[in-house]
Amino acid sequence: MNRFIGFIKKEFYHILRDRRSLFILFGMPIVQVMLFGFAITNEINNVDIAILDHSKDVNTKEIINKIATSKYFSIKGFISHEDEIEPTFRKGKIKAVLNFEKDFSKNLVTQKKATVQILTDATDPNTANTISNYIGSILQNYQQELNQGLNLPYQIIPKTRMVFNPELKSVYMFVPGVMTIILMLVSAMMTSISITKEKELGTMEILLVSPLNPFQVIVGKVVPYILLSIINAVVIILLSIFVFKMPVQGSLFLLGAESTLFIINALSLGILISTIAATQQAAMMTSLMGLMLPVILLSGFIFPISSMPLPLQMISNIIPAKWFIIIIKGIMLKGVGLAYVWKETVILIGMTIFFIGLSVKKYKIRLE
Amino acid sequence: MSIILNNISKSYNKVKTVDDISFDVKPGELFGLIGPDGAGKTTLFRILTTLLIQDKGNATVAGYDVLKQYKDIRNHVGYMPGRFSLYQDLTVEENLNFFATIFGTTIAENYDLIKDIYVQLEPFKDRRAGKLSGGMKQKLALCCALIHKPKVLFLDEPTTGVDPVSRKEFWEMLKRLQQKDITILVSTPYMDEAELCDRIALITNGKILQINTPRAIIASFPKKIFKVRSSNTYKLIEDLRIYPDIHSAYPFGEYLHFTPKSEAFRPMDLTRYLEERQHRDIEVKETVATIEDTFMDLSKVNE
Repeated sequence: MNRFIGFIKKEFYHILRDRRSLFILFGMPIVQVMLFGFAITNEINNVDIAILDHSKDVNTKEIINKIATSKYFSIKGFISHEDEIEPTFRKGKIKAVLNFEKDFSKNLVTQKKATVQILTDATDPNTANTISNYIGSILQNYQQELNQGLNLPYQIIPKTRMVFNPELKSVYMFVPGVMTIILMLVSAMMTSISITKEKELGTMEILLVSPLNPFQVIVGKVVPYILLSIINAVVIILLSIFVFKMPVQGSLFLLGAESTLFIINALSLGILISTIAATQQAAMMTSLMGLMLPVILLSGFIFPISSMPLPLQMISNIIPAKWFIIIIKGIMLKGVGLAYVWKETVILIGMTIFFIGLSVKKYKIRLE
Repeated sequence: MSIILNNISKSYNKVKTVDDISFDVKPGELFGLIGPDGAGKTTLFRILTTLLIQDKGNATVAGYDVLKQYKDIRNHVGYMPGRFSLYQDLTVEENLNFFATIFGTTIAENYDLIKDIYVQLEPFKDRRAGKLSGGMKQKLALCCALIHKPKVLFLDEPTTGVDPVSRKEFWEMLKRLQQKDITILVSTPYMDEAELCDRIALITNGKILQINTPRAIIASFPKKIFKVRSSNTYKLIEDLRIYPDIHSAYPFGEYLHFTPKSEAFRPMDLTRYLEERQHRDIEVKETVATIEDTFMDLSKVNE
C-alpha cells in the first residue's frame, strides 16, 4: 500500500509541476462551456411523435395521415389523456406530441377555426424548434387544400408548447455535451499521455524492473486523473447553474455517480491507448482522432442520432459518450432517476469492464 | 554464481544483436562488458533484467531464471539504464524517495549503502533532477538503483557523457560497493575503464572475443607494439598503412599504435622509412599493450 501511495504522490508532482498542462486541464472546461453557448441548426428525419386525438374525426385523421406519410416523422403511439404526455416524454423516445382539441371538425365547420397543440421535448432546443416548424407547415398545407374554392376560409391554429426547457435555451443542451467532451479529453488523453511519457523518457524501463505490478502502475496513474476529472465535472456543473442559470432537475448525487462512472470509462480507454501508442505524440493523436471526433460527431451531442444514416446510427452505439449524454440529459433536464437510465448505465459499466480487461491483458510486462 | 548465461542469442529483424553468448559472474565480482556502440551490450542487459526475452539459451540472475522467475529478479536487482531514466521534474530527494518506496524500503534503512555517494548530492537535494550536471545525474541514478540494497547491480554505460573527474569518482564508488557484497555487471565503451574491473568480456557484433582478467588479456597480446609520432599525423597514418611490414596502425591518443607483421621488425627501419617520406620529429618507441590494443587486434582477427 505504501508503494502505491508513493506512486500516486509522484503522479501528483508530475501534474502539478507541468504548468501548461495544468492550465489546459482547468482552463479548457471554462472556455468550452462559454464557447458552446451558441446554437447550431439541425436537420430532422424520422422523428418519433405521439398523437393525442380528442375528437377522432375526418379532419384529424387526414392530418395524422399527412404527418405519418412525411419522411420527417413517424408516429410511434396514440395516447388518450393529457396525463400521459409527460411520462411519454420522459421515456425519451418521443420528441413531440400532437394534441387535437375536442370536436375538431365541428369547430372547423361552425367556428371556421380549430386548434391543435404541438408539444415538443425541448431538452434539445434546436430539434424542438425544427419539429414545430415542420409540423406547422404540414398543417398549413392541409389548410390550403381544405380552403380551395371556399369564400370563407377555415383556419387551423397550431399552438406550440415546449416541455422541459420552455425557454428554449440551447446552452442547456450543450452543457451535457461539453461536459462529456471535457471528461473524455482530460481523462483519456491525459492518462494515455502520462503513461506513454514514461515509455518515452525511459522511466518505464526502471518501473518494469521493480516489484510494482502492472495493476499498481495503471491504477496509480489513473487515481490522480479521477480526482482532477471530478473537479472538472463539478466546475462545469457549477458554471452551468450559476452562469447560465441552468436548472439541474434530478439528483445531484446520481449525476455525480454517473459522471464518475463515465470518467472511469474514459480513463480505461486512455490506458488502452497507452498500451498501443509508443510515444506521447502518438497517444495524443490517437486520443484526438479515435475519441474526440466520434464523441463530437456521433454521440448525438451536435447532430441528432435519429437523423443519421443507419450505419452511423449503429456505430454510435459503441460510443460511450452517446450513452452518457442520454444519461446526463435525463438527469439534468428531465429530472429522471436511475429507473429511467439504468439501461444506459449498465451499458457504460459493461464497456468499462471490457476496456479495463483488455488493457490489463495488453499491458506489457516487458519491453517488447 | 551470481549471473549465469548459457548460449544466449537474440535477433532483431533477422540481425543477430547477441550471438551465442555464455559467461558467469561470481558473487561480489565487478564484471565489465567492454565493446563499442552496437556491440549488443544493452540487449544483453535487457535480457538479464527481464526486459527482453532471449531467442535461445537460458540465463539466471541471483539464482533466478530470467524467464520463469522474472518477478523475483525484479525484487533483487538494481538497474541503471544507459539513458538517464529518472523523473526530471522531481527533485533529487523526491526521486530517491520514490524509488525507495516502490521497493518497499526507506532512504534511512539503507542509507549506509548510498552515504558516500549521497553526501555529494545532498547540497542539491531540492534541485530538480533535470537540472543536474551529467556526473550528478549519474550519481543520483546510482543511488536510486542501490536504495533497495540489490544483490546484483546492472549498470549500462554509466559513465557515457560524464566528465573524466566524475568518471574516476564513479569507478571508485563501484569499487567500494563491491566491498558490500554486491555483484556488479557494468558495460562501457571506454577501454581505460576496463582495467578497473575484476574480469572483463570483450564484445563486438554480438559475439564475445575474450573473457579474462584485464591483466591476463593484456599479457595475451601476441605481438610487439610501438607508439609512433611525427609532425604530420594524417600523412603518418597513410604512410604507415603502405609500409610493407605492417600488421595494423590506428590512432591512440597523441600517438599512433603500430604493430609489425614480422618478428624481425626493427624500429630503426621504420624511422628511416618515415624520414625518406619527409616526416620530421619522428618518434618510434616500444610500448606496453593496453586493453584497447587487444580489442583492436581481436576484432581484426574476427573480421
